[in-house]
Amino acid sequence: MTDSIAKYPPLLVETIDTNTWTAPFWEATARHELAIPRCRDCGRYRMPPTPFCPGCQSQAIDWVPTGDDGVVYSFTLVTRSIIPGMEDSVPYVPAIIELPGAGGVRLITNIVESSLSDISVGAACNLVWHDTANGYTLPLYRLST
Amino acid sequence: MVGNHHGGIMTGSIRDQTAIVGIGSTPYYKRGRSEPQTLDELVCKSILAALDDAGLKPADVDGFAYFAGGFDTGLIMETLGIPEVRFSASLTGSGGGSAGCVGLASAAVVSGMAKTVVCVGANQQGTQRYGAITSSYPATPENVFFATAGLVGPGHMFALLARRHMHLFGTTRDHFAEIALSARANAVNNPEAIMSAPMTREDYFDAPMIADPHCRYDFCLESDGAIAAIVTSADRAKDLRQPPAYVMASTHGGEQAWGRSIYWMNMPDEYFASSGHQSVARDMYETAGIAPKDVDCAQFYDHFTSQVIMQIEDYGFCPRGEGGPFVADGNIRIDGSLPINTDGGQLSAGYVWGMTHVREAVEQVRGTAANQVPNAAIALATGGPSNLPISALLVRR
Repeated sequence: MTDSIAKYPPLLVETIDTNTWTAPFWEATARHELAIPRCRDCGRYRMPPTPFCPGCQSQAIDWVPTGDDGVVYSFTLVTRSIIPGMEDSVPYVPAIIELPGAGGVRLITNIVESSLSDISVGAACNLVWHDTANGYTLPLYRLST
Repeated sequence: MVGNHHGGIMTGSIRDQTAIVGIGSTPYYKRGRSEPQTLDELVCKSILAALDDAGLKPADVDGFAYFAGGFDTGLIMETLGIPEVRFSASLTGSGGGSAGCVGLASAAVVSGMAKTVVCVGANQQGTQRYGAITSSYPATPENVFFATAGLVGPGHMFALLARRHMHLFGTTRDHFAEIALSARANAVNNPEAIMSAPMTREDYFDAPMIADPHCRYDFCLESDGAIAAIVTSADRAKDLRQPPAYVMASTHGGEQAWGRSIYWMNMPDEYFASSGHQSVARDMYETAGIAPKDVDCAQFYDHFTSQVIMQIEDYGFCPRGEGGPFVADGNIRIDGSLPINTDGGQLSAGYVWGMTHVREAVEQVRGTAANQVPNAAIALATGGPSNLPISALLVRR
């Protein structure tokens, strides 16, 4: 099992439901751009996007293009299917990825195309785009080589 | 800090002013086995049992204090013949409020809004497994940020916190195993527990891995059942059938640094690998006027073994990061310095959304528990950890 390669996550979300504040994130991923909201007034990054900066309550946002680099903050190896639709996806690796290029804010995402035994907290990783069969695009990560 | 001591007179505190005077429970059923009873039927059975335990009648009830949104008070009144209520409220959030609904009930009693308040929690998982409940949440702009990652259940999400705790503090699967083994050892002596067969260390490590580092035995049971507690004033409690379990404190809430926790995953690093209970624990001890050393047994919300270790830390029973060695030293066993989940908990007795722990805390201070801690005077129960609010309860004999 530990020699297995992390697959892509099961496609359990039909469509990406958005609102005024989250739509720019998904519009950017569709263009294969990772953009993270940063408060225009105090410079604080936040994810997921919300209507106010929790630091200064400003509503002004800059969508900052963020690089490909990530760091594994934590991860779990899912090797067993517990609901229909997961069977063909195991093993897959939900992960929390810290973005050094966006103030250390974290994405809830997946590590893919990497050997399970190589994944560790603190490992460097790089963005890979996943255009799903459901028509939306996910930012996923692969361990850096 | 809340400034409730003024010249020796307590103001703005519920401390010792109310008591749990009745506890009622349905049997604990494996997932789906409570059918064809309905969920409302289970709720009503637990309420009737709790009233009978207290020596009260449905007509005595005049309030309901729930968590996780609660149940339909009008329907319960219609069903059980409760003539009138003057308080019906719920904590927000989910299972995090289970220990805190007692505080909500106490607030109603102390303020004079109601005299006899029912707290009740129940779940029936025949059609919706809680183990995969995350995957059933409606798609919302907030939910898609975690749902797209294939985090289908809370066990998958809390595994991320467990991994971080292992990374920061050297916590191991052996430590998680000790939580599961201790719970099972207690369940074996509890005739009402679902899991009655002993579990060995080998059984634990042979179990299928669900979301590494969480294996099957790190997950709580998926069960059906209902538990109700009756809260009234301390004065009135003295005249009722059971020895009162006085409510020393019941707090709920939490900090922004924890917030939606597993649905957010952007907690500051010093909070991430925790149970989020720090402020709730602080307020609880302050309200009760006691310290961790005064607690005789603890019933920690055990949806996952790893979160029990983090609650032991957050409630001050050991320093941060030392929860693993603390349990490895045998402290949590029934004869240890801090017996926990003495009925087998939600890992091995029955999962009733945290009310299992309220029930067991009351049994312990009454002296009627299946695994009775000798001379247990003060018992702790917790609710959550999950998205806020999360909660805590201290009862004494």
